[in-house]
Amino acid sequence: MPSSHDWINKPLGVVEAMFAQSNSNPEWEAKVLEYFKGQLREKESHSWVPSLNDVPLHYLKPNSLVKFRCLVQDMFDPEFYMGVYETVDPSTKANVLRCGKYKDVTECGVDLNSRNTVTAERQTFYCVPIPGESPWAKESYGCSSQARVVPSTSYVPSRQKRSYEEDDDDMDTQPQKQREPHTEPHGNGDSKRQETEAPSSQTTAPSDCSSHLDLNFPLPGERGPACLVKVYEGLDSFKLNDTLEIYGILSVNPVLTVLGEEKDPSLLLLNPTESMETPEEQRAHDPPASLVPRLHMLYARPLQHNNPLLPSAPTEDQSAFVSSFLVEMASVRAELLAYLTHVLLGDGLAAEYLLLHLISNVYTRRDVLPLGKFTLNLSGCPLNSYTERLYQIVQQLVPCSYRLSMSLHTMNSMRLVPKKDYVANRLVSGALQLARNTSLFLDETQLEQGQLDSSGVRNITALGNLISWQKVDYDFSYHQMEFPCNINVLVTSEGRSLLPSDCQVPLQPQVTPPNMEEYLTTIHMAQFTSQINKFRVYLSLARTLDYSISDEVTKAVEDDFVDMRKDDPQSVTAEDLHRMLVVARLLSLSLGQTTLSRDGWMRAKHIDMLRRSRTEQQKSLNGNEP
Amino acid sequence: MSSPTSTPVGSKRSRDDIPVTPSSDGLASPPSQRRRGQDSSNGDLPAMPTSPATDIASPAVHDTSLFSSPRRSVLPSEVDMSSPLMYGTPSSRVEGTPRSGVRGTPVRQRPDLGSARKAPQVDLHTDADGAVASEQAAGQKLVIWGTDVNVGTCKEKFQRFLQRFIDPTSNEDENAGLDLNEPLYMQKLEEISVIGEPVLNVNCSHVQSFDADLYRQLISYPQEVIPTFDMAVNELFFERFPDSILEHQIQVRPYNALKTRNMRSLNPEDIDQMITISGMVIRTSQLIPEMQEAFFQCQVCAFSTRVEVDRGRIAEPAVCRNCNTTHSLALIHNRSAFSDKQMIKVQESPDDMPAGQTPHTTIVYAHNDLVDKVQPGDRINITGELKKKRRGAYFIDSTADCIYRAVPMRENPRQSTVKSVYKTHIDVIHFRKTDEKRLHGLDEDSDQKLFTEERVQTLKELAAKPDVYERLSSALAPSIYEQEDIKKGILLQLFGGTRKDFSQTGRGNFRAEVNILLCGDPGTSKSQLLQYVFNLVPRGQYTSGKGSSAVGLTAYVMKDPETKQLVLQTGALVLSDNGICCIDEFDKMSDSTRSVLHEVMEQQTLSIAKAGIICQLNARTSVLAAANPVESQWNPKKTTIENIQLPHTLLSRFDLIFLMLDPQDEAYDRRLAHHLVALYYQSEEQIEEEFLDMAVLKDYIAYARTYINPRLNEEASQALIEAYVDMRKIGSGRGMVSAYPRQLESLIRLAEAHAKVRFSDKVETVDVEEAKRLHREALKQSATDPRTGFVDISILTTGMSATARKRKEEVAQALKKMIQSRGKTPAMKYQQLFDDLRGQSEAAITKDMFEEALRALADEDYLTVTGKTVRLL
Repeated sequence: MPSSHDWINKPLGVVEAMFAQSNSNPEWEAKVLEYFKGQLREKESHSWVPSLNDVPLHYLKPNSLVKFRCLVQDMFDPEFYMGVYETVDPSTKANVLRCGKYKDVTECGVDLNSRNTVTAERQTFYCVPIPGESPWAKESYGCSSQARVVPSTSYVPSRQKRSYEEDDDDMDTQPQKQREPHTEPHGNGDSKRQETEAPSSQTTAPSDCSSHLDLNFPLPGERGPACLVKVYEGLDSFKLNDTLEIYGILSVNPVLTVLGEEKDPSLLLLNPTESMETPEEQRAHDPPASLVPRLHMLYARPLQHNNPLLPSAPTEDQSAFVSSFLVEMASVRAELLAYLTHVLLGDGLAAEYLLLHLISNVYTRRDVLPLGKFTLNLSGCPLNSYTERLYQIVQQLVPCSYRLSMSLHTMNSMRLVPKKDYVANRLVSGALQLARNTSLFLDETQLEQGQLDSSGVRNITALGNLISWQKVDYDFSYHQMEFPCNINVLVTSEGRSLLPSDCQVPLQPQVTPPNMEEYLTTIHMAQFTSQINKFRVYLSLARTLDYSISDEVTKAVEDDFVDMRKDDPQSVTAEDLHRMLVVARLLSLSLGQTTLSRDGWMRAKHIDMLRRSRTEQQKSLNGNEP
Repeated sequence: MSSPTSTPVGSKRSRDDIPVTPSSDGLASPPSQRRRGQDSSNGDLPAMPTSPATDIASPAVHDTSLFSSPRRSVLPSEVDMSSPLMYGTPSSRVEGTPRSGVRGTPVRQRPDLGSARKAPQVDLHTDADGAVASEQAAGQKLVIWGTDVNVGTCKEKFQRFLQRFIDPTSNEDENAGLDLNEPLYMQKLEEISVIGEPVLNVNCSHVQSFDADLYRQLISYPQEVIPTFDMAVNELFFERFPDSILEHQIQVRPYNALKTRNMRSLNPEDIDQMITISGMVIRTSQLIPEMQEAFFQCQVCAFSTRVEVDRGRIAEPAVCRNCNTTHSLALIHNRSAFSDKQMIKVQESPDDMPAGQTPHTTIVYAHNDLVDKVQPGDRINITGELKKKRRGAYFIDSTADCIYRAVPMRENPRQSTVKSVYKTHIDVIHFRKTDEKRLHGLDEDSDQKLFTEERVQTLKELAAKPDVYERLSSALAPSIYEQEDIKKGILLQLFGGTRKDFSQTGRGNFRAEVNILLCGDPGTSKSQLLQYVFNLVPRGQYTSGKGSSAVGLTAYVMKDPETKQLVLQTGALVLSDNGICCIDEFDKMSDSTRSVLHEVMEQQTLSIAKAGIICQLNARTSVLAAANPVESQWNPKKTTIENIQLPHTLLSRFDLIFLMLDPQDEAYDRRLAHHLVALYYQSEEQIEEEFLDMAVLKDYIAYARTYINPRLNEEASQALIEAYVDMRKIGSGRGMVSAYPRQLESLIRLAEAHAKVRFSDKVETVDVEEAKRLHREALKQSATDPRTGFVDISILTTGMSATARKRKEEVAQALKKMIQSRGKTPAMKYQQLFDDLRGQSEAAITKDMFEEALRALADEDYLTVTGKTVRLL
């Protein structure tokens, strides 16, 4: 049905038609938004829209409607543009009013002095694909898309094939490869390290330009298109680090790319207005459109979660889905627990805690205190790539994750905290600029003895702040700015971690497989994809459930606390109560229960007791634990 | 209003001949001139609202014709004008007003007002065509094109404002020394005549209160109105002080436009309007010379001509008027006139930003003497005009000085599509550093937070409540359970005492800030309290003792990589000037770092001598520190000093030292449990309510800090004296000193802070009572001698309780007696002496005590200890 797809292929036509009908009545803008929203609300219609995430840029038609699943990495200054302008036809001298919204460039023959010109305001967001998105999530999103993309004529198929080959090993379907971000070499031993690709697929971009173009991804080794999103409405509703699915009009007009030209300093002197922007700034704010396309936002949907297996919008659809899944919840939990127990070398308690950790979520903040965070410190991890394997398994379960190997070198050299670069006037990203509910896997087993330099100390402090307050202080050079975050931090270490944590579980392996790699691989292989998918849905869903506590149980908890303190005041502190309340919450949610029952509380107490006796045991074993 | 195309009344409006009252020749500009404008290179622009700048009648002609007054001698001659050193503009020589004073002073161009130096005037009531004929009659209705500004009326109004405006309530520092009951601006003019700095700063709110309509015009049409103001001022000034010699004519610099804008709320409607925004300078460019007037010379006949730059464009004369050769004129750079210009980037100040978004930046241009007035890091208020420029990849004509490229580019077919984005910038008219006075002297208005009437009313209502103190303290960090006294202490710290300045009498400033130390078991939410406070106050800093060095706390000198200039980077303590510096893990701080705090916590300054920079910075910061006991648990058998191992010199600088211990009783446990459970499962609305509380609390504190300066009344002074005497008495009975003047100062500060909480201008007895109570509570916790159970302030002031000191002396005396009793033995064995003393004494003597006694005797020059032998002297 080609006609019904006009709004995807030629959205600007729709916009212009509405503009023409409007007779400069400003209501037309709302109408446009309403129209596109309406179209997208229709069943499945959003899956017809090609996604920048899984379709290479050169496959997409300029000025067509595309969607982009992304994280708002930086917010540029608002800009004024010609919302309405007048053109003069050189032959007929007739004046025509035109609409400048959703466009980067104007039509021919603009009458610059027309009094009908309307200046309007919009803002540009720099958006990057969601950092640390697991390959399975990417793949699954790609599969669900029903967009039929016709390769443009200039496209040479053979190249595409090669790109796919290269991507095979890490299951990335982004042939549009970008130069590796400009970060300095960081030996994080990540298997995903990307080979620097010759700019073969970048025929449109002048090579000298791309060579020093840093796409500013938060995590090293990331790839995918970055995008400059022009936002017209609701500017205040967006925040930095929001994850959005943006529907907008793609603009790759080559006019935007007139930048590579040499800037010679004398010319700058002659032309002071141009010197308003440093070359760095221009590069950051006006990168070639072929590398960083522009997207004029028509509609943005905040992503509550980034799990493609779950219905995305909170519709009846979803509630039906949830209630049907709730029935299964307990059984899936049992299976997942068994699976995690295997993975954690037969340690059921650690598996229980890992499961709770994976569904934890900062659900609210009371003044400075984030509630619901549950940082787990898994101590006593076997060395030799066990942690790496463990991460791979976690990665298979959650939609977004990142493993930070805390080696001395990484801690000293890596940029964790985003920093404002005033020369280029942009926020240089750091590894802690992550989307909500990303699993951050800190591998402390990689840390060796040695000297931390000042940036290393800063990085460790930043990690500590992240864990204790769930916030990252972005460095604005003259001051710091606090950005709240919601990141699940899992610390694996040999002894107790040097970082703070909500809860420490010493791992007690029940089995000692002779070949760890093989052992873990076989466990992983033994799971069917359908099974794994169930786990994935389970973890994402448990996190979104509501939770409450009745007065009766509150009373019971209070009594219990007083009783515990009566025997030995030192045994239970306020901090312990904090933790047990979180454990109780997570435990109930993990079973699909949305209120705390007495049993739930007793169970929480029980497993916390088990855990504590284990840590104390550990302490007396080591003797020197502080 | 007539459309631009049909406006032939293209009056040339440079700031000198603007005074175009109807009779001015500007209106009936000779047709030749107009034509010249149109056949210049950009004549193909059909709708230019103004005729381009083509008043290129040779300046020499003007000079000779107009400069006939006797004042001419003090002027730069026309030879000077064309010299490359001359930054003035030739328009100064086309002086229109007949008064010799005004005329004698060169006009300095105002690039800050930018483009519309020339605007046509339009008669509202006649057709454009008939304007020339009817202008005499309809003179009063003549307005500048596109505005409703009538130059004559506007000028009159402003002169009236200058002559009559009186603001008896003014408390601006700028007006210091002026008689508040005389017209304010006339006094300022007088000042100008004396000092010779030809700048008149005009507070827009004064204009507004005097004449709202004039104010509206000023805000809406600054480009037109400010030059009019300039003229008005100059006429007035030279009428009054005809003999004054100024460098150039007075320029009016309005500031504090009430339409103060947050940078975030700038929108397209503000373009070309006057705005005042606040922000922080993040980058300044080098000086950019901007051409104001181009000097052309004919290559054929050497005939020279000048062209003023209009809207960044120079209309290059195509034909030499002397020899009629076409395209023979060449630009002579050295003889063109330039003005200074600087690009400054300003970033939104962190205080007025919504959470979760990045700060916006704005480009600002400073001109002439405003160049280099600000440095990166300064917080400033800018009054200026928002301008937009089209951001043309191909469009050169919007940028300045590109005369050579502008013409061909216009024929370039590729330019037909343009980027539809404008670049915006602000031309500065006035800078006002908000933190300027932070570095020296007092500042009442650094946190000039504007409160709406309503808000003030709510705050006052709240203040009138009898239990406001309790209310506020419970609103403080509600997630932390109980610890009422600590919260009250912190609350008083947030308000602070009254600042007293005795520097005139040579006694310097008295500290007004309250310092608090929290110590106690780990895990008693000390950090959480600190975090809360840090989030509450606008200028708070949070550091951890573990991670900070002395440098990070104070200031360090950095070399700017670009300019090679040494720059002083300030650290946490200086940054939290007038705020609170929260230091966590105070005990983990290295000694050198802590030593810095000595100066800050009493003198409230910070001295730096590094890399050739010697300076003293203000660090009037309250310190809120948290320390953990040395042995992970608090040992109740030891004194505070012994528990936290901090030097007593530092401890005595804290007004209040609280112990945060884990109390162990059932009722407390129950309340705590209830509190925590509620914390986790409270409903949304309750949370909502609390957030409101935090905002109110913030405003309440800001208001009290800004506007309330309580003073001691008679009764309160008496009460304080009594309290102090009482405190001294307690100890004197047991031979202990239980209070020092420092404690009295603390009491005063706390009482003042408590009065501030009540929004009271008087410190009354109730305040003193509360201060006493709180101080006693804190002392009870921290200065109780564990051996005797009495409160002993000397624990904090000397690091040792009086009983301990007494005991030490006793041991030393016993030892001395023992040695004397032995008769003349010049040398003794160390170990033997120790054993003997132990045998002799009734109380147990430890080796430490013995050594201390030896040391005390050595200090008396009674004996010396060398290795294992003790020798008498």
